[in-house]
Amino acid sequence: MNYVLREALAGFKRAPVLTGLAAAMVGLALFVVGLFGLVTHNLQVALSQIESRVEVVAYLRDDASATDIEDAVAGLRDQPEVESVIFVSKDSALARARRDLSDFEEVFRGLESNPLPASLEIQLSEGNRGPETVELLASIAEVIPVVEDVQYGREWVDRLDTLRSLAGAASAGLGLAFALVAALIIGTALRIAIFARRDEIYVMRLVGARDAFIRRPFLLEGFLTGLAGGVVAIVLTAVAWRVVSRFLFRIEWLPAGWLLAGLLAGGILGGLASIQAVRRHLKEVT
Amino acid sequence: MIKLEKVSKEYARRGPALRDVSFHVRKGEFVFLTGHSGSGKSTTLRLIHLAERPTAGEVRVSGFSSDMVKEGEIWKLRRRVGMVFQDFRLLRGRTALENVGFALEVTDARREEVVPRAQRLLSQVGLAAKSAALVHELSGGEQQRVAIARALVTDPVVLLADEPTGNLDDRATRGIMELFWDINALGMAVIMATHDLDLVKSYPRARTLELDQGRLVYDSATVPAGSDGGEV
Repeated sequence: MNYVLREALAGFKRAPVLTGLAAAMVGLALFVVGLFGLVTHNLQVALSQIESRVEVVAYLRDDASATDIEDAVAGLRDQPEVESVIFVSKDSALARARRDLSDFEEVFRGLESNPLPASLEIQLSEGNRGPETVELLASIAEVIPVVEDVQYGREWVDRLDTLRSLAGAASAGLGLAFALVAALIIGTALRIAIFARRDEIYVMRLVGARDAFIRRPFLLEGFLTGLAGGVVAIVLTAVAWRVVSRFLFRIEWLPAGWLLAGLLAGGILGGLASIQAVRRHLKEVT
Repeated sequence: MIKLEKVSKEYARRGPALRDVSFHVRKGEFVFLTGHSGSGKSTTLRLIHLAERPTAGEVRVSGFSSDMVKEGEIWKLRRRVGMVFQDFRLLRGRTALENVGFALEVTDARREEVVPRAQRLLSQVGLAAKSAALVHELSGGEQQRVAIARALVTDPVVLLADEPTGNLDDRATRGIMELFWDINALGMAVIMATHDLDLVKSYPRARTLELDQGRLVYDSATVPAGSDGGEV
């Protein structure tokens, strides 16, 4: 087996308690980040579900011909921000109103003619549901000759946008803080693990090993410890997710990309912390 | 091969440890470095090993100068200068073979050469039969032999020994001294720090340098045989 890999694995064998403790500390530090990730991800999912309901409704004039309506639909569909355009006829609008407002059935029955206008329901594609795009689409719809009125709930869209910005800023700030704390804990944990092997560093310097050569197995050991900590963090986060989903409310599990990023972050932070700890020892050991 | 020229070493808290020390050790010499505790013996060895730099003066070792060599290049010097200590500084929990093999591996020995060379070095120090023993199960003398074998892995030109017999009984001390002489006979210089004057007197062939309060006060190479010596 290659020397670097063998010595890196030997660290786990020679000081299993310290190395295990280091991996557990890394795991707990990343677990906090994992919990934060779970909250952030579910907040994003909830926001995007609300966002998917953002639509612009263009009410049509009663005298609009079928050709005019087809032209209007085609024109709107050509807009890159538009995902779909659904035509709702006057009859469909009335049927929908009767279904949604069943308490007012008496009123509907007394109607001599259908007062509801036909409309075009314009759904926006993901990433194009901000207030600027919604307003732009509304202004485009307004100038179509067969369109009488356009509605899109301006206040609601503005509030949603504010909420999204707040959630984004809070996620970035808290995420950075949690990541920094995790990095500090990982650094300390790895320093303890390296301290346990300071004799080897001493002997290597004594007999004339190159500094780069000394660092290599410790870099790998730190990476592997961080990776093991990442696995511990994923397991703990999964347990927390199961408990919340079963006993409190259903939440989404983390995307695979996030899990992979967490694992890699553990490994990379572990490797860097290890190198830093070895560098410190190399300065002390002459 | 080893030259100290007007070397002084001063520590911030402890004050001066060496003052204006100059001497020259040639290839194949056997030198005792004697003096009381705190006289500067270990500091001298650490300066030759470039574990420290002099405050003034220059240390030259096998082409390396304390004024010139960069931190990142000290490893090259370490491969020319072996070192052993009173407390052996072996890796506990590893066998004698693994201790020597480890030193070989980290100094670029080819993988297939590690075990046979480590075995050969252990044979050279008389420990072939105990190569598989964990070092902490060996006697003090045997542990020192492992340390010496480890110091020889890079085939150095000089072996520095800092009170190597300080923890050993008379019999083990004699064994280690014989081993040093055998190594010296192969052409390797040996510089051994010791405060044991009886030990020094039993090897009159060796050169003796005596330090006192950081100053070199006696060098047998500059004093005629039979005289009582004096200041250098």
